[in-house]
Amino acid sequence: MTEYTERLLSKSPRKTASDRLQLVWLVVVPLAAVLFQVYIPRFIPFLAYLELPLLITVHFALSRGGPIPALFYGMFIGLVQDSLSHQPIGIYGIVKTLVGYFAASVSVRFDVQNPVVTFILAFFFYFFHQFFYWVLARALLAETISFDPQQTLMFGLLNAAVALPLFRFLDKLKGAGES
Amino acid sequence: MDFFLSRFRHLTVLLIVIVGQLLLIAYQVKTHKDVPLIRVWAVTAVTPVEQGLEIVRRYTWGYVEDYFVLLGVRNQNDKLRRENGQLKIENNYLKAELSTADRARALSLFQTRSQSKTVAARVIGDGTGANSKVVFVDRGSTSGVESGMAVVTPDGIVGKVVEAYPTASLVMLIIDPTFAAGVVSQKSRVHGTLKGQGHAECLVDYVQNEEHVDIGEWFYTSGDDRIFPKGFPVGQVAAAQNGKTFKQIYVTPSGMQGGPEEVLIVLQGVHQEIPGEETASPSYSILPAPTAVSTPAPGGAPQPGALFTDADRLRAIYKQAGIDQKHTYGVGAPGTKPPDFTKIPSAHGVPPPNAPSPAISKQVQPSASQPQPSPKAQPPAQPVLGATTAPKPPAPALAKPKPRPIPSDDETDDEPESVTRAFERQLAPRQPARPAVVPPRTPVSSPASPASAPNNQ
Repeated sequence: MTEYTERLLSKSPRKTASDRLQLVWLVVVPLAAVLFQVYIPRFIPFLAYLELPLLITVHFALSRGGPIPALFYGMFIGLVQDSLSHQPIGIYGIVKTLVGYFAASVSVRFDVQNPVVTFILAFFFYFFHQFFYWVLARALLAETISFDPQQTLMFGLLNAAVALPLFRFLDKLKGAGES
Repeated sequence: MDFFLSRFRHLTVLLIVIVGQLLLIAYQVKTHKDVPLIRVWAVTAVTPVEQGLEIVRRYTWGYVEDYFVLLGVRNQNDKLRRENGQLKIENNYLKAELSTADRARALSLFQTRSQSKTVAARVIGDGTGANSKVVFVDRGSTSGVESGMAVVTPDGIVGKVVEAYPTASLVMLIIDPTFAAGVVSQKSRVHGTLKGQGHAECLVDYVQNEEHVDIGEWFYTSGDDRIFPKGFPVGQVAAAQNGKTFKQIYVTPSGMQGGPEEVLIVLQGVHQEIPGEETASPSYSILPAPTAVSTPAPGGAPQPGALFTDADRLRAIYKQAGIDQKHTYGVGAPGTKPPDFTKIPSAHGVPPPNAPSPAISKQVQPSASQPQPSPKAQPPAQPVLGATTAPKPPAPALAKPKPRPIPSDDETDDEPESVTRAFERQLAPRQPARPAVVPPRTPVSSPASPASAPNNQ
């Protein structure tokens, strides 16, 4: 086992640090992400493919570490997203619950401050999110949504690229809030 | 059990949460009911912020945009160009203002003229969902908006309200894949169901392949769905082709051009008439309807324009024979002398010896403006000087028409000279300078004259 892999598998400093976000950030940040998703694409349609609520969920799960808060956080954001659609409530909720849970579980094993790991995790969870949403929508709602793996991979890369500066920004925001 | 719960605490919570949400979905799907509490909370939390952002954007973005435009101009140009740039900016600003005012005026005018009771609303945000096409508007249940209300613009229908919250409403656009509405075509009144496709065009489904729908034809709401009042424009047909069972008609929605910004929510819909073709499709000009010929054709034959068959022609011949021999059909006891049927012309047009020639005995001659001939006075579809159509070989039965004097009554004097010359050529076989032209056996209602009429002029 190399030094690098040991560092990757070591415990995240995010977990041990006093990384409690204030309550206002727990509410404002996800709402801002959802607001971004429903408002900004009206003027910049390309940004509709930016899954900011998902990235916020992943960031929270990676920084909090505990699976239970992360899954509830994902559920909360997912239900808000469901509420702003005309579909039955729960599809986004389930998907983001799973994302939160698995992201928090993964954060125990990897050094999530490593940019490469962050990039890969963001990319993976975007693909997981889109694929699982497609499965659930077809299975539970019988909706015929198209799923283009190539396009999803491309947008996954885009979201992962956005995730790096976003996570850094949120870390700084959290640090400023704690200080 | 305690060991299991403590050992797999995280997994247990995850399963409980997932199962809970699955039950929530199952409840909604099975009962077709919503969970209004969650939705109202979420929408009430998000839409006021959206409204605020929209107001701020409206009043600031234009200035910011102007600022950045000005920066480039200021760096490159002298004073004159700067002034020019400022004038352009001012012009653009005024144009935008004018455009906004025009849009608002059109909306207001439509609102005034429409019999339906409506309320104006502004689109303030899009909905989430991978495949859904929904938007939020800034009018909610406090403004009287309810689920199921139609959303329109003066150009056409936009969608329908699927959820009404206190401060906003969720509108499903007509391009949403789950949208459907009853529509009817303007010309042939073909009924169908408009379905969203998730992109710019909508499909009109359930129209039989036998129905005729033209490209560019307008579709209107039929009122069958009890949501959209009858008579609102939907869009024009972009493509129409036969499918396996039903026609595949794609319509470009007229109300979605450029993306709706200001819309009207129909609070109380009133059905209205579907307008005429001329008003609804101004880009298609149509000719006036042909004038009806009131003069009866000889022998009681069907008038031009009516359906004319061989049986009709035969009936006319027999009727003419009865008139010539002063015999009334259906009168007289059995055994009375019938008319001499040996003196009637054959069905192929050979006239009886004592019967007036069809061309001569006509009671109505085709006028220059109305070249449609009567059955017996059928003008030949012969080529006239200058005509480009090749002459056809004469038909056997009509190849040898008996030369008859050209009547000199007043009616023939009205004919154009070219037509008279054509008659002369036909009736005078001793002038074989040009090939003998025989009128083809064309029904009177659709003679060759429409094609050749311009040539006869």
